[in-house]
Amino acid sequence: MTKEEKYSIAKWAMDHAIQNGAQQARVSIYNNNSSQIEVRDEKIDKLQESNRNGMRINLYVDKKYSSISTNRITNKEELGKFIEEAIAGARYLAEDEYRSLPDPELYYKGDGPDLKTVDPSFNSVDPQQKLRDAFALEKEVLGKDDRIISVSTSYSDGMSGSVMVDSNGFKGDTENSYYSLYASVSVTDGTARPQGAWYESSIFSDQLIRKDIGTKALKKALDRLGQAKIESGKMPMIVENKLAGRALQPLISALNGSAIQQKQSFLIGMKGEKIGSDLLSVVDDPFIVSGRGSRLFDNEGIATKKRSVLEKGVLLTYYIDTYYGKKLEMEPTSGSDTNLVFEPGTKDLEGLLADIDRGIFVTGFNGGNNNQVTGDFSYGIEGFLVEKGKLVKPVAEMNITGNFKELWKNLVAVGSDVDLNRSWRVPSLVFDKVDFSGI
Amino acid sequence: MKSYLDHFEVSPQMLQKVIAEAMSKGGDYADLFFEHTISNSLGLEDGKVNSANSNVDYGVGVRVLKGDQTGFAYTESTNLQDMLKVAKTAANIANDPVTFPGSKLLEKEIPNYYKISQKWENSTVEEKIPFVQKLNDRLFELDEKVTKARVFQRDETSYVMFYSSEGLLTCDYRPMATLGVVCVMEKDGQMENDYSAQSLRQGFEFLDDNMVEELAQEAIKKTNFLFGAGKPKAGELPVVLGAGGSGILLHEAMGHPFEADFNRKNESIFSDKLGKSIAADFINIVEDGTMVGNRGSLNIDDEGNDVKKVYLVKDGVLESYLHDRISANFYGVDPTGNGRRQSFRHVPLPRMRITYMENGPHNTDDIISSVDYGVYVDNFSNGQVKIGAGDFTFFVKSGYLIENGKLTEPIKDINIIGNGPQALADITMAAGDYKTATGTWTCGKGGQSVPVGMGLPTVLVKKLTVGGTSA
Repeated sequence: MTKEEKYSIAKWAMDHAIQNGAQQARVSIYNNNSSQIEVRDEKIDKLQESNRNGMRINLYVDKKYSSISTNRITNKEELGKFIEEAIAGARYLAEDEYRSLPDPELYYKGDGPDLKTVDPSFNSVDPQQKLRDAFALEKEVLGKDDRIISVSTSYSDGMSGSVMVDSNGFKGDTENSYYSLYASVSVTDGTARPQGAWYESSIFSDQLIRKDIGTKALKKALDRLGQAKIESGKMPMIVENKLAGRALQPLISALNGSAIQQKQSFLIGMKGEKIGSDLLSVVDDPFIVSGRGSRLFDNEGIATKKRSVLEKGVLLTYYIDTYYGKKLEMEPTSGSDTNLVFEPGTKDLEGLLADIDRGIFVTGFNGGNNNQVTGDFSYGIEGFLVEKGKLVKPVAEMNITGNFKELWKNLVAVGSDVDLNRSWRVPSLVFDKVDFSGI
Repeated sequence: MKSYLDHFEVSPQMLQKVIAEAMSKGGDYADLFFEHTISNSLGLEDGKVNSANSNVDYGVGVRVLKGDQTGFAYTESTNLQDMLKVAKTAANIANDPVTFPGSKLLEKEIPNYYKISQKWENSTVEEKIPFVQKLNDRLFELDEKVTKARVFQRDETSYVMFYSSEGLLTCDYRPMATLGVVCVMEKDGQMENDYSAQSLRQGFEFLDDNMVEELAQEAIKKTNFLFGAGKPKAGELPVVLGAGGSGILLHEAMGHPFEADFNRKNESIFSDKLGKSIAADFINIVEDGTMVGNRGSLNIDDEGNDVKKVYLVKDGVLESYLHDRISANFYGVDPTGNGRRQSFRHVPLPRMRITYMENGPHNTDDIISSVDYGVYVDNFSNGQVKIGAGDFTFFVKSGYLIENGKLTEPIKDINIIGNGPQALADITMAAGDYKTATGTWTCGKGGQSVPVGMGLPTVLVKKLTVGGTSA
């Protein structure tokens, strides 16, 4: 379906909703095309292709709200009936004076920069090249170590596009592409069978890193042989950059308007307050060229803005959408994050580790959860014991337990090792006085 | 069957044509999975049932196997040309063009493990709203500390039709119903929240006043419990798992590592344990998909195989893995009915249905009184496992400390981590109080989510690493 066809169907569905009793409506149509090749034992293990289409409609009917979605979008008779039924059903709901489309003043008006989120050559990538990439990864590993028992590698790519229109006059579309390579390797020393994995991804085929992925996965697996828990205790925790976003996630979730209004956040009333150490500075920047989270408008059509979320530990903003903005009597700021850029430090990972007398370098989380109302958390971890700046031995089957309010105050060092291929650009982080439970 | 063919606007001849295309490059086997799912939900927030959602999903997945290799593609239309196109794509897993002799048409009747009185398709928003409202209202009536409640009601109906190159033609009508509430309470300036939910394969009769009352009482009780709850001492402790939802222990520690795809690939910590004693001889662990109305039950699995009750562990010995077609062929055993998929967009994988432990010989009180210092846990939110290393975790929302054989202080929000084979060997007691959990358990694997069930009698695991604080 071309972009024009999508706009045409979306507009038809919006008009149909308005003609049949909705006062306002928003319609988006999306498609995701992807392919995946998995390789093992020097054969293709799985070949998958996916072409997915769908439509989402938000209906505002006599101060009542309903949303519908379907992948049956080409048959207008059926689609029209689905919309009419949803409107009829919505009338049974309670009135909700806060439901409406955003103030059009806030909309993206179509004059933004090209954020380069799509590879123009997506459709001309040679299928044989995809196969060669997946097999090359496997070849990097096979036969490299007697302890290898299983190797899986895969190539995947995808292209997604969406258009959105609403009855307040919004019109906008997005397009994104990705390519990724992944390797996982299992090894054994006769007891456990630890697995190591590595992946690389890119918006552009010609920028995808293709080398050393298998090698890194193998190293990750071998590093885990002989892992064991150590005694419980309070120690510094170094979180590897690839995982550090997981530590930040609950804090960002707690800034969401819905969590604030529903009293399910440990950061209610904390705007303007210091909630972390001076090293906690995060900027939300939607305009990074080819950033993985870059966009010009959010899922309501509100124009994105660059803004400081946290500065030297002080909380500066919440994520407020139109609905919860009205309920909370706050200005909407956009309800979702884009690229989160954590202000990096000056030392690389080795430099961070060098400063540790005794602590644990966390390279993987294993389950666990947090209480969003209180900020309490407890997660399973694996990683390495660090002594006098050196990795001493692999540890696993341990938990970290604490409260995010305390954890972020104990952020004592920030690395320079930011991974630019993620929407959350968070470097390795060092927290002091973390409770580890082991033996 | 005719009604399903009509539902998807296809004829037997069309099915045969698509299968022939799928087999045209020399595949060993091919199947088509048709699905039409209609789901509806209602949401209550700030005292009012103020949002509704409906979703329709429709399509057919085409899978071709060559040995243990898979080719897969799907289309969101059941138009013949669209189906032939994706069949051609999936066929490419093989590259030895042949003339497929054609497939038969063997219709198969299936049992019915979901008893429905009133189909969700014949139920209106108007009929559902009072139950959602009542759950909210009961919460506020029961305890004045309640400050916020969010109620969610969801129902789903799936029409499924399956046809394979072996000629098997079968169909299923799968309902699913869920009702739950998230409760936030405030006491002396402190906030806490918890939730209660039930999910069953039932029709509109699922919604009834008794269940609404049970859910309200449970949410209030669980949330109240958290005020004043603390953390245990960090480290290795004896863990008593209460009957019911504690089945998450089996799901993570053994269920996933028993899935035969991991074992076929040599990736599971249990890969060399088949036929060996892995637990005390009073331990019997079952995988079943035939419990009437259970969230994890299926009339037929997603590869057209009968769903049956399988002993994974019998008298302490590992008897069987969980198989899909590929792994059953690999191991030369009969399929166990564990081939499941999230939707027509996904390939089947060996997945759990309802995983539980049968009653053991011990007494619940004796189990608790045998522990000097440890924890008793019976309320969980989520879990995970590393298949090869064997380390599994589950998150405890609430429980008790056990001191000198008695339940004492309440505890909350701690992760527990252990190693699968070790934990299984460390189950030293199991009681006779088996309970099946009826919560909204959903299992994720390889990017696919499927509903599951679980159950357990009270058991003692001698030693697991419990999250907590250090002295």
